[in-house]
Amino acid sequence: MENTVEKSRMARILDSDIWHSFARSPVAIISSIVTLVIIFGALFAPFIAPNDPFDLVAIDLMDASLPPAWLEEGDSRFFLGTDDQGRGILSTIMYGARISLFVGFASVIFSMIVGISLGLISGYVGGRTDAIIMRIADIQLSFPAILIALLLDGVARGLVPKEMHNDVTIYVLVFAIGISGWVQYARTVRGSTLVEKNKEYVQAARIIGIRPGTILRRHILPNVMGPVMVIATIHLAIAIITEATLSFLGVGVPPTTPSLGTLIRIGNEYLFSGEWWITIFPGAALVILVLAVNLLGDWLRDALNPKLR
Amino acid sequence: MELLDIKNLQIEFPSRRGTVVAVKGVNLTVRPGEVLGVVGESGAGKSTIGNAVIGLLDPPGEMSGGEVFLKGEKINDLSSEEKRKIRGRRIGMIFQDPLTSLDPLQTIEQQLVETIELHLRLGKKKSQERAVDLLRQVGIDDPEIRIKNYPHQFSGGMRQRVVIALALCAEPEVIIADEPTTALDVSIQAQILELMRKLCREKQVGMLIITHDMGVIADITDRVAVMYQGNLVEEGTTQKILGDPDHPYTKSLISAVPRADVRLRRFPMVDYIEKEEDRKVLLDISTHWLGQGRDFGKIEGPLISVKDLVMTFVTKQAFLKKNRQSFNAVDSVSFDIKQGEVFGIVGESGSGKSTIARLIAGLYKPASGSVFFGETDLTKVGSEREMDVFRKQMQMIFQDPFSSLNGRMRVMDIVAEPIRFHKLASSNREVETIVTDLLEHVGLGRQAAVRFPHEFSGGQRQRISIARALATRPRFLICDEPTSALDVSIQAQILNLLKDLQEELGLTMLFISHDLPVIRQMCDRVGVMKKGKLVEVAETEALFTDPQASYTQELLSLMPKLDFLSHEGLDVEAS
Repeated sequence: MENTVEKSRMARILDSDIWHSFARSPVAIISSIVTLVIIFGALFAPFIAPNDPFDLVAIDLMDASLPPAWLEEGDSRFFLGTDDQGRGILSTIMYGARISLFVGFASVIFSMIVGISLGLISGYVGGRTDAIIMRIADIQLSFPAILIALLLDGVARGLVPKEMHNDVTIYVLVFAIGISGWVQYARTVRGSTLVEKNKEYVQAARIIGIRPGTILRRHILPNVMGPVMVIATIHLAIAIITEATLSFLGVGVPPTTPSLGTLIRIGNEYLFSGEWWITIFPGAALVILVLAVNLLGDWLRDALNPKLR
Repeated sequence: MELLDIKNLQIEFPSRRGTVVAVKGVNLTVRPGEVLGVVGESGAGKSTIGNAVIGLLDPPGEMSGGEVFLKGEKINDLSSEEKRKIRGRRIGMIFQDPLTSLDPLQTIEQQLVETIELHLRLGKKKSQERAVDLLRQVGIDDPEIRIKNYPHQFSGGMRQRVVIALALCAEPEVIIADEPTTALDVSIQAQILELMRKLCREKQVGMLIITHDMGVIADITDRVAVMYQGNLVEEGTTQKILGDPDHPYTKSLISAVPRADVRLRRFPMVDYIEKEEDRKVLLDISTHWLGQGRDFGKIEGPLISVKDLVMTFVTKQAFLKKNRQSFNAVDSVSFDIKQGEVFGIVGESGSGKSTIARLIAGLYKPASGSVFFGETDLTKVGSEREMDVFRKQMQMIFQDPFSSLNGRMRVMDIVAEPIRFHKLASSNREVETIVTDLLEHVGLGRQAAVRFPHEFSGGQRQRISIARALATRPRFLICDEPTSALDVSIQAQILNLLKDLQEELGLTMLFISHDLPVIRQMCDRVGVMKKGKLVEVAETEALFTDPQASYTQELLSLMPKLDFLSHEGLDVEAS
């Protein structure tokens, strides 16, 4: 005990059980590589995308509706073909994934902030406050999440002046999806808080005199984050799907800045005229992304909860 | 012939950090009608032996060597199906927790009759008669009626009797009991042990009893085997091992056992386990931060005075007040704690002793009554800021060292939190110096500060808790069962530490325990609690030599008899 040197942060991570479990799970490794590749592609789309689908000068209507490069009539400039306006599908997917991932992450973070705070308060304060918060959660749970997102989206659109619509829709979307997902976090955090607040370390903090806000933030919050991270990962996949659904229905992001959902909707109209690539490739990208994130979430849940195995 | 014969047993637990050998070449035998005790501290491998015999080793544990014979028949390499037939039928089992060893969804009758039918192949009617008869034998009143009940309708002690009946119902040849009374109160423990002893004699069953408790060993066993880190260090008759041990580990273990018949000045230094925990570096209290700022306001009379304290818990919630059900966990209790004394509260589980500690500490609001700190009624203090003045002077040490420290914080931040909160040091550098000093003062190394709680053992964690409690420079320390989750030798170290600190700093202490011998070592005066009421308050020596209340007399008479324990190397203060 005397002569052990303090381990660096990296060494501790590499020695931890969670890293060990990760290194031995091919599913976790593959799905995290896939996720990272998609995130990388989306993040650096302006630098690595073969062509810029939003640069009106570069778009040529002569290139419209070209099939993927490996088919006859395909063009090597457009690996996955082009859409009706001559935009390269691969590039649009990369730019579209940017929007999808942004909305996904932002709404998950928004849900987390709302859900965790309400869950902590609900569990720690208890009594009437708890009852009110949890009844609101119950009511919300009795509606499908997509319906709530649609409703909020509609209300927000009504409140915002028309000329600002295109600028704010993406934030409205984040808000709508975020609000529709907080209940999960609140319930989980409340449950863990009920357990943690009776533990002796919380009582010790109370005896020192630490105020409830600090106890929640410094003592309870770090100890309830495990299950929250699992939900967040799985929720990320759900949020991306919800965004795609809303965009597919036409209430999501505007067609000028297409997300994956918008791309699928645009392509949907050409599906039966034989130009299948316009909708299939964005759809496949969406499926792969969501599947990878979901598998990652499943692995995380198992790794953090060894009893489930 | 030996009933159970364990030869050269070797058990390994492979893990990715290397293989742990939990049991190293152990030989044990049990004869008919004999009770063999296996004693040792946590991690000694004693439970693993029991699990290996019945073929229920937790994976990834495996028996890597040795043989187990039951009446001359080798049972360790049987198929799992054959082992299953032996379990229950030929080897009965009693586990620690009577709540989890019974199926909550089946009546006692279903569980007993099913087992009897399965193993003895009796008819339904005969099995039922036998089940009722067994319940009568283990001392359950009205067995014909009680047999229809579910486990939750029995109290802890009664439930453990049912578990014993269940272990006996197929007339096994050997019973393996793993900490059978650890979850029970002393009074019930005495009855259960007597029952087990009697049944063993009458039915000529051999029993292997695994425990960490010297009291249980002294009460029930004929022979004892002492385990230390997977090795069998000593074996012999109970009288010999407890009265005149040979091995140095056994000696140190026995010297660490608190006794009710003598009061020690200090426990002898137990250096067999966790050697580095001696307090090597001691602070000069007179010049150090810890010793300064102790000029608390003068208080005449008692430091703590509890008056007619009542605490009510709601047992059944209801919307209307009149439909609510509640009970008084603490029922008009009054006592004083003088300055500089150690006041003990002793009682069985559910007697309300921990509730009193939490009421004084301000964690609960009492239903009525008051807690005076000097002149101030703490229950009437309005603002948090006013309360902070008293919080600084009053700290608490908890029972469970595994939940009393926040696992996400470094030890440095855990101990520094009270100093920072009450602004007891001027700079961050000073805080860090104080924390490392405190850690050294309670017997931990300076390096402890940068680690996380999970890197420490139970005893070390309890030292961290003590360092945190000292960090507000309190004058009053509440200890709520501070050692009941610890092994005896660690308990001796912690009790020594608390005694030393109390003397050095002139602390006033409230010391809560269910363990009378521990109370005798630590306290100046003692209050005895029963079902929320204080039945007797007396000087410790008077209480142990001349108890007044009948409940106190009963408690004292039920204590395990440890008189014949070796007195070697003890520093006796009173006896």
